[in-house]
Amino acid sequence: MKNSAAIAKSVAERSAAAPRREGRRKAGRRFRFGAAELLTGLAVLTVVFLAACALFPRLIAPFSPTDMNTAAILQAPSSIHFFGTDYFGRDVFSLVVYGTRDSLLIGVSAVAVGVLIGGTIGALSGYIGGRTDTVLMRLIDVLLTVPGILLALAIAAALGPGLRNIVLAIAVSSVPGYARVMRGQIMTIRKRGYVFASRALGARPSAVLLKHVLPNSLAPLLVMATLGLGTSILAGAGLSFLGLGVIKEIPDWGALLSQGRGYLTVAWWICTFPGLAITLFVLSVNVIGDHWRDAVDPKRKGRG
Amino acid sequence: MLQAISSRVISSLLVIVGSLTLVFCIFYLLPGDPVLSMVDPTSVSPEVIENLRHQLGLDRPFHERLLAYFGDMLTGDFGRSIVGSEPVLPKILAQVPATLLLTAASALIAVAVGVSLGVLSAVRKGGIIDFVARVVGLFGISMPTFWSGILLILIFSVQLRLLPAMGSDGFATLILPAVALGFVGAGSIVRMVRGSMLDVLNEPFVTTLRAKGLREGSVNYKHALRSALIPAVTLIGMQIGDMLAGTVIIETVFSRQGVGRILADAIMAKDLPVVQGIVFFTAILYVGINLLVDLSYAAIDPRVRRKGA
Repeated sequence: MKNSAAIAKSVAERSAAAPRREGRRKAGRRFRFGAAELLTGLAVLTVVFLAACALFPRLIAPFSPTDMNTAAILQAPSSIHFFGTDYFGRDVFSLVVYGTRDSLLIGVSAVAVGVLIGGTIGALSGYIGGRTDTVLMRLIDVLLTVPGILLALAIAAALGPGLRNIVLAIAVSSVPGYARVMRGQIMTIRKRGYVFASRALGARPSAVLLKHVLPNSLAPLLVMATLGLGTSILAGAGLSFLGLGVIKEIPDWGALLSQGRGYLTVAWWICTFPGLAITLFVLSVNVIGDHWRDAVDPKRKGRG
Repeated sequence: MLQAISSRVISSLLVIVGSLTLVFCIFYLLPGDPVLSMVDPTSVSPEVIENLRHQLGLDRPFHERLLAYFGDMLTGDFGRSIVGSEPVLPKILAQVPATLLLTAASALIAVAVGVSLGVLSAVRKGGIIDFVARVVGLFGISMPTFWSGILLILIFSVQLRLLPAMGSDGFATLILPAVALGFVGAGSIVRMVRGSMLDVLNEPFVTTLRAKGLREGSVNYKHALRSALIPAVTLIGMQIGDMLAGTVIIETVFSRQGVGRILADAIMAKDLPVVQGIVFFTAILYVGINLLVDLSYAAIDPRVRRKGA
């Protein structure tokens, strides 16, 4: 009896380790010419730079974002004001740098909350199955009856303007996607040999879920979260653009863009650069997400 | 076939009930008093707040409210606007044609660009079209519509003076907003169709067709394309729904008439009955679009036709 348990244990360990090795080998094989790697490298650099802007804006921005230089109103981009100045004489480059924090904060927190709620619902639904699965999935179906952007908009409108409310609104609208991916993944993984082996060893269901099923189901969820970060940032900027954000001294990218809209004909730079920042960040996140997904998903090899 | 259609219609009705419940929950169950989010309690007398609460039915018990809400919505009574106090439904209906026109034009651009680029890029993988397709795909899903819209205005209205930047009369005013909105959809569709087409081209049946001596064009554009479009069609349906919702931002950017525009205005004015009505109304349109998409499966997928499922 003890012997068979030991065999089961070693089988469980070996098969638990297998998916990780598989993933790594495929990641290595996929990029032959390095162009994709170069692109991903650039994307990582962009994300790192923007993260630095969010964390240490003071070190990067040449001016204070609240400084109103009345002598330099609506100036075009120059060597002093890289992105020009706005109608208060504020330096647009510094505004964009300082705006990074709120913009990224909305996106990152929305994804974190969404993944946590969606992942939990999906994991429980997929692992317990039966009636729990049916009930949870019907709830998810209800959330899917309204297009994502509109759902976020409705929730944000009902809750009122504010950073926390925007985060909540975007998080809830992203829950269905995460829940479905997690559920599907859990349902595949729970039928694997090492899961049966662990059960045969007498491990408690919660231990099997947490130690074996969950760690091996996370990759697709994390890939989706990376790609979802782009979507969340876009949604956050959109809600902010529509006036559902917070009115603050230092606007986030969406609000800054919205403020600059009135000056479109005289100062193209106020709208252009915050939008460029959003696009660059989302683009980079998507490039990284694509790269990662291709590395994780064996079906996608050769699609390059 | 008939059975398939009727079962789809019934499930669509269930979805509408679901979305109705969702909208109710969002506006009446979330923490926070909807009345207080509509008016500023410091500047309005308590009677006005009480009146508003009564008008919205907030002083009645929960189950009564839910039933009354269902009844009202299903009989087309969407309530009255807080700001202009006109009925909500006619206000929405008056704007529907403009928004549907914009959505249809955007969808046309998205599908035409998305499907053709996606297919060509998969067939000529690694070529210049493939490069263009991947750029369109990445930028399409990464650019905020309000920014691409503003860039289009800057280039074609402010600089080149070719097209009007705002308004909603005539074909010329439709071009820029439709391109801005369609580009996002095109991005997603390109990515989906390209991936799906590449998968299909790797399948054994394609090799068989080639081995049988079919011409390359026939293999790619007749057999493989049909197979590849099946998963793409669902995504296209969802994309059209997203474009419908995306009109909120685009109609604001281009100062166009439309449902999205009154939604944006209602949000700014905290006019919740209007917001609620539009969200529900859009959900119905969304369900309708997805129903049409599902039914179109029968046209492209012979398996669905035969099984009647």
